[in-house]
Amino acid sequence: MFDFLDSGQYDVLGAFWVTVQLTLYSAVGSLIWGTILAGMRVSPVPLLRSFGTAYVNLVRNTPLTLLIIGCSLGLSQTLGISLGGDTFKETGFRLAVLGLIAYTGTFVCEALRSGINTVPVGQAEAARALGLSFFQVLTLIVLPQAFRAVIAPLANVLIALTKNTTVAATIGVAEAALLMKEMLENEAQATFAVFAVFALGFVLLTLPTGLLLGWVAKRVAVKR
Amino acid sequence: MTSVLYDTPGPKAKARNWIYSGIFVVLFGLVLWWALSLMGEKGQLDADKWSPFVTDSQVWTTYLLPGLAETLKAGALAMVIALPLGALLGIGRLSDHAWVRGPVGAWVEFFRAIPVLMLMLFGNALMAPRFLDVPSDTRPFWAVVTGLVLYNSAVIGEIVRAGVLSLPRGQTDAAKAIGMRKGQTMFYVLIPQAVTAMLPALVSQLVVILKDTALGGALLGFAELLSSNRQISANYSNTIPSLVVIALIYIVVNFALTTFASQLEGRLRKSKKSTGAVLGTDEIDDPVPGANTAAGA
Repeated sequence: MFDFLDSGQYDVLGAFWVTVQLTLYSAVGSLIWGTILAGMRVSPVPLLRSFGTAYVNLVRNTPLTLLIIGCSLGLSQTLGISLGGDTFKETGFRLAVLGLIAYTGTFVCEALRSGINTVPVGQAEAARALGLSFFQVLTLIVLPQAFRAVIAPLANVLIALTKNTTVAATIGVAEAALLMKEMLENEAQATFAVFAVFALGFVLLTLPTGLLLGWVAKRVAVKR
Repeated sequence: MTSVLYDTPGPKAKARNWIYSGIFVVLFGLVLWWALSLMGEKGQLDADKWSPFVTDSQVWTTYLLPGLAETLKAGALAMVIALPLGALLGIGRLSDHAWVRGPVGAWVEFFRAIPVLMLMLFGNALMAPRFLDVPSDTRPFWAVVTGLVLYNSAVIGEIVRAGVLSLPRGQTDAAKAIGMRKGQTMFYVLIPQAVTAMLPALVSQLVVILKDTALGGALLGFAELLSSNRQISANYSNTIPSLVVIALIYIVVNFALTTFASQLEGRLRKSKKSTGAVLGTDEIDDPVPGANTAAGA
């Protein structure tokens, strides 16, 4: 039943490795971009706040598929931006990461913002009374506590991101979903087996992430 | 206006804010100028690339509106099927009997852990002549609906479970005290309140479903809103303008839904009739293995 795995025709592990790489690069990128966005949304400068709000509302309501296809058709094919990728494969991968960061950053931002709200007002007041600036209050007092409070929501974002990397298949990045599509077409006699293999792959990717980060979230939670 | 993080700005802070605003405007302007000049270079800013959306009603009647209709149709149908299914799954997970709770729990966690795109591809394979033999012109539509239903019924199952669990414990106690059986408690007392409590979460799930239909257009040949971009840009060679217009349509529809969901949430939180249990749009989280309901593709 699973003999299509032995034929050597399909590189299932290789495809999942691309999925993992997409996830890792996009996770780091969207954590940075999301933190910057959250910083803007809570900053004292009205213009930055409205930019953050507008960005989050616009991007969150756009399908990720549109963002990634837009990166490929719009940025790359129409405007000729290749993000330093030499080959079609490299460029596609980088464009997918860019789209994923743009999209996931908004969810990281919203998670962080709700974490900032869990920090008691008194702490920030005390910090301000000591003469710390906005930037110091944010980076020394509030964000460290906010990050610890939002590990569980961020784990959800990370798991959603892992699943969302499959959207890269729409611009031909050779990750798990694209290989699954190809295998479903070629191995029609083994539809359920193919599905089982890829489903298992994703359960194996997301389940440990959820368990591990759930455990971490409980360990580091600020007890109040 | 005060915040946790900063005081009402004094004269010095105000001056500083102006400086920061200035720096931001300059940076943003530079990026915008670069993007626009690049677009201008490639002819994407020419009036005739954008004017069809205003002057040529055919763009709307032939491509955009039918695409939007397909998107809404698939989304609505998926929601209508996934709701009762999700309610059953949610109730099943709360069952007293381990032989119900276990398999239903496994089902829900399994379908939540798998990308919706893979479920659509699987649905597409199931529609093939080998199995269900759905005619090839409607196959993409049903494949998309199948994928959406499998995924979202699991997510809605979690929402229902969270909705029931969010009710005050006294509700169950009171129902028991007047002699209701477990099933009666569930159907007469808990579920009606839970449905009210989770309405906002359900409405915002609709946004996720609508966004996910775009996947079917990209990989399965489903003629939804996003895929109308291909035909428009083939006719008018205006890739970027058509993508922008399509994005705006999605944003308007989804923003309307999101706003409705949060207004609903506000109304329910304020109304004195409810028990006060309201499931917000971002409150469903169960990190193991977890699917952020708002973060769909």
